[in-house]
Amino acid sequence: MAFSPENRGRARTIVARYPQSRSAILPLAHLAQDQDGWLSDEAMQEIAELTGVTAAQVQGTCSFYTMFKRDPVGKYLVSVCTNVTCLVLGGPELLEEMRHRYDADPDVTVEEVECLAACDGAPCMQVNYDYHELLTPDAAAEVVDEYKSGKRRARTVSGTAVVGGGRA
Amino acid sequence: MPITETRIVTKRLRDRPDDSWTIEGALASGAYDVLRTALTMTPEAIQDEQVKASGLRGRGGAGFATATKWSFLPKDSFPRYLVINADEGEPSTFKDHMLIERDPHQLLEGIAIASFAVQCNLAFVYLRGEFALGYDRLTAAIDEARNRGFLGNNILGSGFDLDIIVHRGAGAYICGEETALLESLEGQRGMPRIRPPFPAVAGLYAKPTVVNNVETVSTLPHILRMGGEEYGKLGVNKSTGTRIFSLSGLVNRPGNYEVELGVTFRQLIDDLGGGVRNGGKVKFMIPGGASSQWLTGSDEHLDCPLDMDAVGQFGVMLGSGAVMVYDDTVDPVLVAWRLAKFFAHESCGKCTPCREGTGWIEKVLYRMSHGLGRADDLDMLLDVGDNISPGLNAPFSQTTICPLGPSAVSAVVSLNKYFRDEILARVATATEVSA
Repeated sequence: MAFSPENRGRARTIVARYPQSRSAILPLAHLAQDQDGWLSDEAMQEIAELTGVTAAQVQGTCSFYTMFKRDPVGKYLVSVCTNVTCLVLGGPELLEEMRHRYDADPDVTVEEVECLAACDGAPCMQVNYDYHELLTPDAAAEVVDEYKSGKRRARTVSGTAVVGGGRA
Repeated sequence: MPITETRIVTKRLRDRPDDSWTIEGALASGAYDVLRTALTMTPEAIQDEQVKASGLRGRGGAGFATATKWSFLPKDSFPRYLVINADEGEPSTFKDHMLIERDPHQLLEGIAIASFAVQCNLAFVYLRGEFALGYDRLTAAIDEARNRGFLGNNILGSGFDLDIIVHRGAGAYICGEETALLESLEGQRGMPRIRPPFPAVAGLYAKPTVVNNVETVSTLPHILRMGGEEYGKLGVNKSTGTRIFSLSGLVNRPGNYEVELGVTFRQLIDDLGGGVRNGGKVKFMIPGGASSQWLTGSDEHLDCPLDMDAVGQFGVMLGSGAVMVYDDTVDPVLVAWRLAKFFAHESCGKCTPCREGTGWIEKVLYRMSHGLGRADDLDMLLDVGDNISPGLNAPFSQTTICPLGPSAVSAVVSLNKYFRDEILARVATATEVSA
């Protein structure tokens, strides 16, 4: 979707900070995901206009990065690490269990990710980029359910803190 | 005597677990005092009498001398940029994550000192996209520092100006490679550049650029506080000072430990990490992150000092400071497969040997680690590896632009070096059973 007037203002401020406007592609893609929950073609078109490149160039850049979701995802993005420390401390089992539990839940997207740099807390996961460590499958599911019930406040699916009713 | 930590870069965050990241907590423990002094010195004095004298080498992976890196900047060529590599993604490395979240002001003070020393007025922090709390803390710290005159225009009345932009990545390990990082910062796919030109000559926006790691820069305030020569007395040989080692895997107390360089793997694992779980023994360990070759639990390896050069005798590196420990409950082929899967996923696709080779290594290691290995699989892996890193030596040669491809070969070489008989015996048994 197109940026809201407020986010369009934010976008212009971001572009103006960089010596070259093209550098703002990644931050603007994060901003679009903060707003929409994913990165749509319309958003990439608008990012192109704001940064002075073509929409194809924006897509070319954004398709390289795993954090940019070019299809809608659930409100809660559960990222489970299975890299080599989590591998031997229950990461793959945690991933399997989370996938199974939330398979039919449209609000939750479970993904396998590479090392999250929290290996002293293995197995670990992030929910919208907030860390949760030393998990069992039950403990992890409890965390996700607390986000769903509103007991925990989630960041946006791009990891931006949410304060009050909106983006921080 | 068991060793203990030497807390320099981790001192504030360990001493003040409740407020180390706030401006109040940081100022109460001396933050920005050194910056005030630094701004009265000349940039040359900081470079030569402090940083060069300290022997500081990069803490990101390559271990290149920091002052030498700075000295490559062409004189009288402006603007120039300082870019902090905060894209920590090397598997099982988690020190920069901690430094950013828990001591952002130390990093900012280091950035200000480095920027003044290399005469740059705009610095960037390329921050791993997944570090959401780190982003909050770092940007809040920048605002606080600017409000107090430690950043911005005319810092502390010195006439020196500095702005810092925190730029979030978006999930790509390769952007930890400095030229890929610069590409990404310019809004491109994170694909490494051919060198030369080196970033010092033509880096960000084709301007002279220094790329330094978070821990490296966080060390600068302490070097100036202690004096470069004094700092250089810590450590061993050409590995001066302290480093933070991220100890993980099957040890009793995994965590980040800051030690004087020169202590041994055994001391790190036993004295600080509490030894292997369940009273077990080290079967193998991966030092330096996923890109390094491996070590075993032999006395020779365990007693090797954490010295960036001495570890080279075993073909390994200290790299990013990770040390992963595995006991005999772990199948080394499974670990090698997971590393291969990582490299195959993170290969940017620019160079054919890496793009194709990492995928094949992953496929072959998958079948080997899932009971479907064939007698000649290991040799085939070595052949594929040789296409990426001819000779399979350490330090490696490469047919690729960046070290990611050769890094993917390290595990294969290590399997062959230490576990060849075990692997061949396993294949033979499996063949017998299926026959």
